[in-house]
Amino acid sequence: MSNAATTTAIEAVGLWKYFGTRAAVVDVTLAVQPGECFGLLGPNGAGKTTTIKMITCTATPSSGTLRVFGLPVVASNHRVLKARLGIVQQEESLDPDLSVEQNLTVYASYFGISHREAARAAERLMAFAEVSERRRDRIRTLSGGMKRRLMLARALINEPALLVLDEPTIGLDPQARRLVWERIRSLRRQGITIVLTTHYMEEAAQLCDRLVIMDEGRIIAEGRPSDLIATHVGAEVIEVYLSDAQGTDVALEGRLRSGPWQAERVGQVLYLYVKHGHVEPAALARLAGLEFAQRRATLEDVFLRLTGHALRE
Amino acid sequence: MLPTKGALRVWRRDFESWKRYAPSFVVVAIGEPLLYLLGIGYGLGQFVSDIGGVPYAVFLAPGIIASSAMYSASFETTFSSFTRMTEQNTYAAILATPCSVADIVAGDIVWAATKSVFSAVFVLLVTALFGLLPSPFAVALVPVGFLIGVMFGSLGMVVTGRSPSYDFFNYYFTLGISLMFLFSGIFFPLDVLPAWGRTIAWMLPLTHAVHVCRAFAAGTPGLYLLGNFAWMILVTVVAFVVAERLVRRRLVA
Repeated sequence: MSNAATTTAIEAVGLWKYFGTRAAVVDVTLAVQPGECFGLLGPNGAGKTTTIKMITCTATPSSGTLRVFGLPVVASNHRVLKARLGIVQQEESLDPDLSVEQNLTVYASYFGISHREAARAAERLMAFAEVSERRRDRIRTLSGGMKRRLMLARALINEPALLVLDEPTIGLDPQARRLVWERIRSLRRQGITIVLTTHYMEEAAQLCDRLVIMDEGRIIAEGRPSDLIATHVGAEVIEVYLSDAQGTDVALEGRLRSGPWQAERVGQVLYLYVKHGHVEPAALARLAGLEFAQRRATLEDVFLRLTGHALRE
Repeated sequence: MLPTKGALRVWRRDFESWKRYAPSFVVVAIGEPLLYLLGIGYGLGQFVSDIGGVPYAVFLAPGIIASSAMYSASFETTFSSFTRMTEQNTYAAILATPCSVADIVAGDIVWAATKSVFSAVFVLLVTALFGLLPSPFAVALVPVGFLIGVMFGSLGMVVTGRSPSYDFFNYYFTLGISLMFLFSGIFFPLDVLPAWGRTIAWMLPLTHAVHVCRAFAAGTPGLYLLGNFAWMILVTVVAFVVAERLVRRRLVA
């Protein structure tokens, strides 16, 4: 086996997963390099979690090849692979009958970590998760943010070479979310390879070096967040909110569309995507009298442009 | 797949999280069989002549020990394991570590059997205090209680592997566990049943457990019990293999 520092952390080629006749993951090919924070972005049901489950040995690919740390992900390698993974699942799975501290030490025991070493690691990780003062408390007394941070800390108990986070901030309020992001960023600085799924565009933009956008089981775009925005949207977006009367005014829409931008109409909103730089006041003059907002392009624009604005359910 | 030492780690987790519930467990483990012994053994015993030359309470005691081992293990791998598998996501969390599904299932079953041993020991002490265990061979009911626990723990895990909800366990307890409790020779000798009834009774795992317990309690164990042990071990192995497969299907897509 080659050195961990040079081996591709995850290498998936032509990965498919069927549930019955429904394809949840369709021909996914991706590679994650060591030290990278890699994101899988997409709406609910896009196949992110199924992809993650195949990587973490809890779903078997229907076809394709999958290697983690250069090892094929097959039953005989599960034990070895899982010893090097840190996994935070989407559903809260802390042990309600155990204290905060025991949640860490008992989890350490599953990895065969000695009692003394587990106690030391638990101390360090409680500080990391900022729950040291709550060490004797039961899980149900913790806030949602604390539970998430403790889940993250628990996944670090075996000093994993690859950390896999499935929707790490789902259901958290903005403050708690930022605190989790901050913890993930500190892990990134330490050089831990991270794979995360999210349907929050801002989360992906904040944390990921590189990401894929998935929709209906497929990868529909791949790249750095800034490159994806530049390629698929541009620099700026102007959202024009049309009244009912303006919405049926064909001449008005024609006039608006003919600017230094690409236009897309969704309901009563006209999106104007500005490829380069900033729009000159002269160009903006044609928007006089209309309600509009001008802002920087985001990953959310990339996502909506690629997948369409139709509601996904 | 076969369990490894990961099973012991899962067992340890179950033990750690059970500690704070231990007092209520002890009350139930001693109280319930005591009520049966007093209510049925002494109460009903007044109206029942000796069975096989022993007073009714003495006839009853080994079966009560076997059944309390059955109940302890059965509750553990149905309601408790189901909670860990579904609501608490404990199985999913453990599966994210080097432990396998076989480790998780085996750990929970051995933990269930451990509770069976606790139950067997408590009831053994109580019945011994009442002078209902004539032979020192009765000490063997402790390891036998473990076997009974592993067997019913495995059977309960099969039910858990198939169970869509908690309600499903009502069928198992009413149609399976209660039926065995009443027709496995605890309360009356199986000779009173018609031939077809005896045939069915001897297929029930608890019948063999009761038979073995009674033999040890009476101080008359022997090689003739080998068949009973063989049947219990067979049931256990088959149930474990099926349970592991069913639970794996639920945890691994």
